[in-house]
Amino acid sequence: MVTANQERFFFDHYGLTNHDLEKYLGAALSAGGDYADLYFEYLTSTSLMVDESLVKSASQGISAGCGVRVVSGERTGYAYTDDLSPQRILHAARTAALIASAPAKSTVAGFQQKPARSLYPVTLPSVDADITAKVDLLMRADKTTRAYDPRIVEVRTNYSDELRNILVVGSDGTFAEDSQPLARMNVSCIAKTETTSGRGSSGGGGRVALDFFFGEKTPEFFAKEAARQAILQLDAREAPAGDMEVVLGPGWPGVLLHEAVGHGLEADFNRKKTSAFAGLIGKRVASEGCTVIDNGTMPWRRGSLNVDDEGHPTQETVLIEKGILKGYLSDKLSSKLMGLADTGNGRRESYEHIPMPRMTNTYMLAGQDDPGDIIRSVKNGVYAVNFGGGQVDITNGKFVFSASEAYLIENGQITAPIKGATLIGNGPDVLTRVSMVGNDLKLDEGVGTCGKDGQAVPVGVGIPTIKIDRMTVGGTATKREPGGFMQ
Amino acid sequence: MFFQMTTTLEKAETKLAVDLKEIASDVVRRAMKGGATAAECVVREGDEFSTVVRLGQVETLKESGSRAIGVRVFFGQRAANTYSSDFSAAGIERMLKSALELARITSEDPFAGIPDAGKLGSLSGDLHLYYEDVYSLPGTERIEYARRAEKAALDADPRIKNSEGGSFDAATGRKVLANSHGFVGEYQRSYCSVAAVPIAQDENGLMQRDYWYSVARSMGKLESAEQVGKEAARRTLRRLGARKVKTAHVPVVLDPMVATSMLGHIFEGVNGDSVYRGASFLAGKLGEKIAGLNVTIVDDGTIPGGFGTSPFDSEGIPTRRTVVIQNGVLKSYLLNTYTAKKLGLETTANASRGLAGTPGIGPGNYFLEPGPKTPKQIIADIKDGLYITEFLGHGANLVTGDYSRGASGMWIVNGELAYPVEEITVAGNLKDMFNNISEIGNDLEFRGSTASPTIRIDGLTVGGE
Repeated sequence: MVTANQERFFFDHYGLTNHDLEKYLGAALSAGGDYADLYFEYLTSTSLMVDESLVKSASQGISAGCGVRVVSGERTGYAYTDDLSPQRILHAARTAALIASAPAKSTVAGFQQKPARSLYPVTLPSVDADITAKVDLLMRADKTTRAYDPRIVEVRTNYSDELRNILVVGSDGTFAEDSQPLARMNVSCIAKTETTSGRGSSGGGGRVALDFFFGEKTPEFFAKEAARQAILQLDAREAPAGDMEVVLGPGWPGVLLHEAVGHGLEADFNRKKTSAFAGLIGKRVASEGCTVIDNGTMPWRRGSLNVDDEGHPTQETVLIEKGILKGYLSDKLSSKLMGLADTGNGRRESYEHIPMPRMTNTYMLAGQDDPGDIIRSVKNGVYAVNFGGGQVDITNGKFVFSASEAYLIENGQITAPIKGATLIGNGPDVLTRVSMVGNDLKLDEGVGTCGKDGQAVPVGVGIPTIKIDRMTVGGTATKREPGGFMQ
Repeated sequence: MFFQMTTTLEKAETKLAVDLKEIASDVVRRAMKGGATAAECVVREGDEFSTVVRLGQVETLKESGSRAIGVRVFFGQRAANTYSSDFSAAGIERMLKSALELARITSEDPFAGIPDAGKLGSLSGDLHLYYEDVYSLPGTERIEYARRAEKAALDADPRIKNSEGGSFDAATGRKVLANSHGFVGEYQRSYCSVAAVPIAQDENGLMQRDYWYSVARSMGKLESAEQVGKEAARRTLRRLGARKVKTAHVPVVLDPMVATSMLGHIFEGVNGDSVYRGASFLAGKLGEKIAGLNVTIVDDGTIPGGFGTSPFDSEGIPTRRTVVIQNGVLKSYLLNTYTAKKLGLETTANASRGLAGTPGIGPGNYFLEPGPKTPKQIIADIKDGLYITEFLGHGANLVTGDYSRGASGMWIVNGELAYPVEEITVAGNLKDMFNNISEIGNDLEFRGSTASPTIRIDGLTVGGE
């Protein structure tokens, strides 16, 4: 049974009782079905936008609902309601139940709540914090960005936060509650001269309270970073085109791992054998220096969760160890059908969505190499330190990610900044070409959102400086000639 | 999957016996009573059904309805916005109260406000946006539709051995808008779609995936499941054995799906929000030649049955037809009330909003006018070139126009599609690219609110080995 001393959000606010939950699960299994669960969600959010130094937009909202899932073999029935009255939830449960066609099954009596972590113990969730303090953060960022350089002509800053209260109960006795804060600020700006222009963007946050932005990562920090990028772009040269050596800087360039290997290792694709990584467990997919981890248990991080959206505790999962593929990211359905352990990666965008295996915080462990030595080892190549987003076709393994700040490396020296360029590669073998791994692992600032099958969830990435011996760079300049790049 | 049906919808049996127009008008009245100088309320409700059948077996079945309400209030030139999924009296009261409080912290913006009363209105007549028949199929036949699409793909060729499934989706939605000038409008729309996502494998075990779909407002206009499955198979099979190519400067032909995404960059470039901020490579170019003489781009929110059609935009202004580019000359930006005021222009009725935040800008039916040649003729003119069927990633910088994306497709040799290619990039600058559209096909077809025929672009860099 559920023990006392819990937050009991839905019990308190909607008068839910254990008896109600058992009744709903009973209705969900009324046509058979192997497993059923209920996902209650109550989400409050705030967003603010400052543009032209004016607070132009302020928005607050509430969204609440319950999703009912019934699993029968490999089949999933799903229905949801945004009305948490007993008759609406029962109706959703009976709708989802129709996926199965067998005699009714009974659900376990009573629920068991496992001791949960507390990875983001905020005392005052930011959604409840004084909104003028949030406006002040944006105004400070606006001011600093504009003051950075007279060539900065446009600045837009955004702040958003949310608090997601969830309750997950399952017919196997699963009972998990969590209160998940999330906050983020972002600065974007444009620099212009008579002849050239550039844009910059920077931001950060996590599952944190408002005080996060008064620590190390202040509005001024993000403002200066965005402005620096925009100004740098003013002098950017054409990016080269073709295969060459690529060095990735530490931190957000970890988006490489997310696209190149992360998605391909989500268990649903491998169960269906639609991933280019299917059947490669135990095989070499990266060079010796590469160990890749997905870790949902990092305090305060944007991709972290105390429990996943199926009520299972998150964990640290080794995906690739010293170059050998070790495991997949799984949820309840995949782990059951594939006979694997549930790694706590079952996530969903909201109560309107069916959970599926998703990444949390995905990163590569630090190696031995000095980042300076890595740069010095490159004769002609590209050093990419900031990226937009990426995309992958998990079936043929081809992935891209778009560099927004990059430089030429010529004879071991970082030389000119280059314009944004897409890098393209093949997931199952790109990491086999990693010849050096830096000792400077860094995680991103907390801005990542991952989309899969129309569902967006917050994630984190991280990577040390690495050298990839050959990757295709999508610039416009003609193929390099000995001694440098032709313009 | 690969296309999204992002309507919010609702199921007949979940409809409560309340008039949504009355709810919206009441919220506006109460906002004004609470001291607002202007107010606007939007209500959306809808329902959705979707099913995926994989390898002949039902994989998912989803059926649900939902609704939400949002209010935007103005105190003079200050605005704020709140929304909720809670339609109880207490829920709506709380939403209103927080909107009125929130407006205190926003800035005076001389350009903020709802449209002038004289501009409000709604297109009359039946726009053919809603067909009840999207739900006419019994549950088993909906599943059958998805199953047939997948089966047609699986049966097309022995090399198609796996699949991410066939799917059938149906949805209907209702949108209500009311404001303090007394405008109250409502419309309903329906969608249905069928798709197949087969996976083919070559003798070396390497896999390729592609897809095809049909989408319509009415079941009567949906392509047959078999047609969709077969086309999905054809598109997937032709990718088998794809190779990389050497870096080259060659003519590039974009198939309609890929060309549509390219057309989207013009849309972003003429989006009033990017324009007034100077965040667009097309800002300040009104009246200038920005594309070839053969390029005419139109946005038309009034086309009966169109995927981008509505009787009024998200601010209650009747939709219209706007020529964006005529024979290469930039004729109009696409604007809502706010961005029009910022630029000293008239709105083009392209206001678009969800529930949160200020209205943005969205397309009506936005398209590139077709040219004279068939896609085959366009390809036949090229000795050595690239036919792109898929872009990967989002490497467009609208501020500078710099463009770089991953691509796959077919290599053109002596006027024929010779072999598949992948893991390559295409790069250039959007400013040049639209001047270098040397051919436009005759194959315009809407599969969404934005559409383009096949186009040929010269002067791009193809990055490879």
